[in-house]
Amino acid sequence: MTPSPPQASASLKEWPLWEVFVRSKQGIEHKHCGSLHAADAQQALQMARDVYTRRQEGVSIWVLPSAAITASDPQDKDMLFEPAVDKIYRHPTFFVIPDEVGHM
Amino acid sequence: MYTQSFNVPDGPGGPTETATAVTLASASQQIALAQAQLRFDAVIDADGKIEPKDWMPQAYRKTLVRQISQHAHSEIVGMLPEGNWISRAPSLKRKAILIAKVQDECGHGLYLYSAAETLGNSREQMLEDLHSGRAKYSSIFNYPTLSWADVGVVGWLVDGAAIMNQIPLCRCSYGPYARAMIRVCKEESFHQRQGYEALLTMMQGTQAQREMVQDAVNRWWWKCLAMFGPPDADSPNSAQGMRWGIKRVSNDDLRQKFVDATVPQAAVLGVTLPDPALQWNEARGHHDYGAIDWDEFWATVNGNGPCNKERLATRVKAHTDGQWVRDAALAYANKQSARRSAMNKVAA
Repeated sequence: MTPSPPQASASLKEWPLWEVFVRSKQGIEHKHCGSLHAADAQQALQMARDVYTRRQEGVSIWVLPSAAITASDPQDKDMLFEPAVDKIYRHPTFFVIPDEVGHM
Repeated sequence: MYTQSFNVPDGPGGPTETATAVTLASASQQIALAQAQLRFDAVIDADGKIEPKDWMPQAYRKTLVRQISQHAHSEIVGMLPEGNWISRAPSLKRKAILIAKVQDECGHGLYLYSAAETLGNSREQMLEDLHSGRAKYSSIFNYPTLSWADVGVVGWLVDGAAIMNQIPLCRCSYGPYARAMIRVCKEESFHQRQGYEALLTMMQGTQAQREMVQDAVNRWWWKCLAMFGPPDADSPNSAQGMRWGIKRVSNDDLRQKFVDATVPQAAVLGVTLPDPALQWNEARGHHDYGAIDWDEFWATVNGNGPCNKERLATRVKAHTDGQWVRDAALAYANKQSARRSAMNKVAA
């Protein structure tokens, strides 16, 4: 993976925080497993290897600067997710199909 | 390793709080706060999870920062008593195992510092609290590891006691702490088993080796029982911790569980647990055990154990000696970054 500069800001004073994602095996998605401090992306990758894959937990690692994540606000939870609540017809079990049709 | 944060007061000054209390300006803000508190209580009552960006009471945040950072400090200081034995391990196999275990402890510290950072405290500040003595770590590490058998006993009993404490924490109401504990518990099982197996090997050796194991058990047993913290009646903060779903099982219940689990393990190993009052109580369905020396426990907590000063000094020295490495990595990262932006400008 190509290392991306943490933030194009002025020089860093402390090791920034990185989020670590590990693919446990080929065919499975990368999953968030934790975070760590590192001076740059290469070092973050090496440290993620040491911290999160000491027991063959992964075959691939992503690291990205925590500061680069944009997260939804928990206070907006209702506004964001409530509209899906009354749309149960989006689930297959909403539709009653005669038994003789079999699996559908 | 685990924390005693519910039982033990902080050092002078107490840990530094980064998060500041919000001053409420208007009635509408107070209503919003009351509603937020209701939502929080509802989640806790339903045994749900609180995540970093969710609203939480200041006291809940403060309790968590204190507990998680102390837990992290315990993992880090916990490397020292065993680290002393890496260069003295009796075989290459035992040496490799011990290195792996000590490396795990370091990783556990890191998972926990990361979890504490999600509450708004900086890593640097937490380290500063440890190094200045404001924050505590588990008192068990203020005792010396005198022989190779101590390394086995620390794995079997100290880590065994830690596992008892840590398993309920996997269900902690604070999501990042619970997730860190799940990871820690998975790895901790190796720690206990390697210690027990090392002792089994020694028990099959010479008489001198068997005596060495018994001596180590004699010295660590009572200290491990004290690790669970004072009796429930003397642990005033436990109730609030239970209410918040941070503490799940009481000190005395965990201690009893540990005693019941350890007695048969000691029998298989062929060692005697140094407590004449230790016996099975049919009526209770548990083992009875003798009185713990709490004066000794508090003396150690309050800085007067055999190794308190040495442990902290070693930890501070390691941090100070590593400063140039951290500086060099940062200087390199900054230079690379500056070079990249210069090249980008040329390209543009």
